[in-house]
Amino acid sequence: MKIAIIGFGSVGRGVAEVLIEKRENLKRYLGNYKVVAVTDSKGGVFDEKGLNLREVLEMKRRGSLPKQTTSIEVVRELDFDVCIEVTPTNVEDGEPGLTHIKECLKRGIDVVTSNKGPLAVAFKELMKLAEKNNARLMFEATVGGAMPVIKLAKVDLAGNEIVSVKGILNGTCNYILSRMEKELLPYEMILEEAKELGIAETDPTYDVDGIDAGAKLVIIANAIMEIDAKFEDVERVGIADLTPEAFKVALENGYTIRLIAEATRDYLRVSPRLIPLNHPLAIYGTLNALEIETDLAGEVFVIGRGAGSRETASAIISDLICLSKSLRCL
Amino acid sequence: MLTMVVELEDKPGQLIKVLEPISKLGGNIISVTHRRDEITPLGRIPVRIAVQIDEKKIDQLIREIESRGICIRSYNRVKHTVTTSLLLIGHIIHTDLRSTVDAVDKTGFAEVVEMRIVMPELNKPSTSFIKLSAVNEEKLRESVRILKEVCSAKGIKVIEPL
Repeated sequence: MKIAIIGFGSVGRGVAEVLIEKRENLKRYLGNYKVVAVTDSKGGVFDEKGLNLREVLEMKRRGSLPKQTTSIEVVRELDFDVCIEVTPTNVEDGEPGLTHIKECLKRGIDVVTSNKGPLAVAFKELMKLAEKNNARLMFEATVGGAMPVIKLAKVDLAGNEIVSVKGILNGTCNYILSRMEKELLPYEMILEEAKELGIAETDPTYDVDGIDAGAKLVIIANAIMEIDAKFEDVERVGIADLTPEAFKVALENGYTIRLIAEATRDYLRVSPRLIPLNHPLAIYGTLNALEIETDLAGEVFVIGRGAGSRETASAIISDLICLSKSLRCL
Repeated sequence: MLTMVVELEDKPGQLIKVLEPISKLGGNIISVTHRRDEITPLGRIPVRIAVQIDEKKIDQLIREIESRGICIRSYNRVKHTVTTSLLLIGHIIHTDLRSTVDAVDKTGFAEVVEMRIVMPELNKPSTSFIKLSAVNEEKLRESVRILKEVCSAKGIKVIEPL
């Protein structure tokens, strides 16, 4: 299996590290795999005999990758079997990931991605393109990080109708809200703390306005509920207006508040909700969780780490193994 | 649950004639609302009272109140079997609290049965924990929708239950 890694930020590097570290184990599924191309936003390296990933990681650590090739050149012209597309998410137009994925699928090359943008913007189009060219697009890493959602619903719950999903799909918001609940401190103060800890970005809009959770919800609705939804269809309320008093009053009545993403046949919604303190969705810290309501299996509940470079690599590797012939899952 | 509208003369000692029998029969008074703006041609004031009371005691209660010379304009036993809790954040008091509550109460199928308001500081948004009751799930959802609409117009944020 010849692999190209497009995007070499924390997720791309996490995947590269796992591909080195677990080589003996992974060879059982993937055969004698090699990474033939690694690119970032400025350049990239290519070697059809297989790159030395340790050296590539070292180059990136010291600065940027050499300008031997570019992401576009790799996806359009070079020879490989699987593209791992892990460039940053952009929910406006899905670029640059959308072009990378389309170019690969057109050539019949399978794609594994953690990039929410392209799927939130053009889910149906991409799936049709994949089908037409007999390629597969795998995206477990786009939702819930290491927490299994897509393959859980499509493989393990195959034959069930997914009636609704509701859960926590953004670890940053969950951290902020669970800290507000425990400390009864203002939102702004906890947000600063989260920034210092590296849990929130300098510009936290993407997380705290529910954009990230909304994009994930769109992907879940399309992928496992077969709802033809787009990002604009999500009714979205963020967490920035929540006050310590709100938590105090909620707690006195046996509730807490969490940012919940919910999809039913009638609506897609991301908003703060009152959660009974003993409910499984009343979780703490940066965890993610999802309750999947099905017609046969009833409710299925998953909880796990929603972000992090190794956690996301976990989902990408599992997709990669699914693509290989050794495990027939999708 | 029993809600009734009684017409009281505008003089001291009237309301107690209604409240005493309720208390005697072990009822729990949920709300008492004077509707001074709906004063009757005879100068009586309609007062709306919501009571949680044992179903079996309702007939006796009505008799007791009427025997004290009080005019009960209307009453209905609402089987409010479903309830839900919501949190409101915003300028709840200064945006005409009564019209917010009335929006739900006047539906006839749902009502606000509990409301707690916490005001941190003057001019800062207050928080209210509010309980709605309705005759069934569908009506409950409808009443939540109505409340959200009213609150949205007033800039009050509604946090719904799961």
